[in-house]
Amino acid sequence: MTISVSSGKGGTGKTTVAVNLFLSLEEKLQFFDCDVEEPNASLFLKIRFLSSFKFNIPVPEINEAKCDLCGKCAEFCAYHALAVLKDKVIFFPQLCHSCGGCLLVCPNNAIKEKERPIGIMDRGMAFSPIYKREFEFWQGILNVTEAIAPPLIRALKKNIDRDKLCIIDSPPGTSCSMIESIKGSDFCILVTEPTPFGIYDLEMALKVIRTLKIPAGLIINRSESKDELIEDFSRKENLPILGKIPLDRNIAILYSEGIPFVLEMPEYKNFFKNIYQNIKEIVRNEKNSYS
Amino acid sequence: MKKIAILSGKGGTGKTSLCASFALLAGRKIICDCDVEAPDLHLVLQPKILHRESFYGMPKAKLYEEKCQLCGLCVNYCRFEAISKLNGTYFFDSISCEGCGVCAKFCPAEAIKMERVLSGEWFISMSRAGIMVHAKLGVAEGGSGKLVSTVIKAAEKMAEKEVFEYILIDGPPGIGCPVIATLSRVDLALIVTEPTTAGIHDLERILDLSLHFKVTPRVIINKFDLNMKKSKEIEGYCLNKGIPLLGKLPYNPIFSEAIRCGKAVIEIDEEIARTVSSIWNEINIKKE
Repeated sequence: MTISVSSGKGGTGKTTVAVNLFLSLEEKLQFFDCDVEEPNASLFLKIRFLSSFKFNIPVPEINEAKCDLCGKCAEFCAYHALAVLKDKVIFFPQLCHSCGGCLLVCPNNAIKEKERPIGIMDRGMAFSPIYKREFEFWQGILNVTEAIAPPLIRALKKNIDRDKLCIIDSPPGTSCSMIESIKGSDFCILVTEPTPFGIYDLEMALKVIRTLKIPAGLIINRSESKDELIEDFSRKENLPILGKIPLDRNIAILYSEGIPFVLEMPEYKNFFKNIYQNIKEIVRNEKNSYS
Repeated sequence: MKKIAILSGKGGTGKTSLCASFALLAGRKIICDCDVEAPDLHLVLQPKILHRESFYGMPKAKLYEEKCQLCGLCVNYCRFEAISKLNGTYFFDSISCEGCGVCAKFCPAEAIKMERVLSGEWFISMSRAGIMVHAKLGVAEGGSGKLVSTVIKAAEKMAEKEVFEYILIDGPPGIGCPVIATLSRVDLALIVTEPTTAGIHDLERILDLSLHFKVTPRVIINKFDLNMKKSKEIEGYCLNKGIPLLGKLPYNPIFSEAIRCGKAVIEIDEEIARTVSSIWNEINIKKE
């Protein structure tokens, strides 16, 4: 089963929930940090990194000897990554989506593809102090100045082992990177903060999740027992509240130090275990209702 | 005129709270909300929409089944895993489609067309802090970078006709496409960070990015008293890199309270208002 953690708004506690859930469970686990623009989960986990792969995408390389500057490649490129001048072709690598169209349209066979690195993919083992075990950990890191994260997220997720319980920490937002991260999950945990900002962005994220037909539930973070608005919202949207984490300066301080709070507040282990049981139940019912 | 973007790398550090406050303090300005995937500034500044325009992102491939000869070439050509065989026909997943047009170009039966799709809307509004340009991306639509550029360009166009001192931009989190679209059009990046391990990690990446785009960075530490040691670490880091620290704001639930009341934090807390004003004065004085 794959559970993704998402939010819409940034800084609501996605990584906190993903990491603490991960450390509270004793299933066969995998963790994927798909927030490749700002991967932070590894800061909260003790990781023994095993390997690091360069992540390359194919981009065009123009053979000037064969190119007659006809301009067909630039005309075709939907992303304006190629420009044909009087005497040469200019390529803007950051704009290229690697669709391969330019080499297909080139009548002179003057374009080949070469590999361009845009980030790295790390594999390691994350130590769970509660169960004294190690679990598989994966993260992608997009190189600074690269604009396009989805190919890296897509490649990272190829390592998902369907026989394991896989937890995905996803990036904020409601567009390409967020969608690529949560796509294919069996369940999505939405983490919100009980403010109008949190609720507004939650609503946007939920619409995306419903479009993708992924069952979802809500965790309210920094709850101050003034959650009426969000409770009304969850009732109206039929979005179950899986749990609440209170606004607590101590949790914030532990976070600031990079310490998952379940390690210092062991009572939360059962909180997260229950959430997982709840999710399992929802996913099972969901499957039954489709079959 | 100066174009200022408020950025952070990490989400939830206080970009919008500060942007709303600066918007109320600044003189003649245009305010932009460039966090088009999760825009919140309008919840504080309550804009009244004066003008709205449709936003078209990348076109999407559409299959005309009656023409399709089921050759499967499109599936082989698509690099985005957007086409799959399903119940004897092909399913085109518009969410995965990145609009490259390869399938349409090479379909031997000409059964695929690239079609324009409404991907969102953008608005010019009058808010209680002044003119505001903002946008809303459609559900599960891509193209946030392009929408960000559209928003900033609209503000720039207005600034051609009327005199403004600032374009003040509430930026998106991360360092990817929409952030690059923002940074490539501004002069100054106000980076709001927090004294947490994750905040510092993300600060370093957004600083590298703004230096790459030759945008002058300035740092503000929010929630500084949550972890004094980490705050000192940030101060040391900025000093080392020669990046001025403009000010520090406390960890205070009043920030959330302000959001709940639909107010900017400077409207409900005097002490924070003084600190934010002095930060704004720093920016205002050094504008030339």
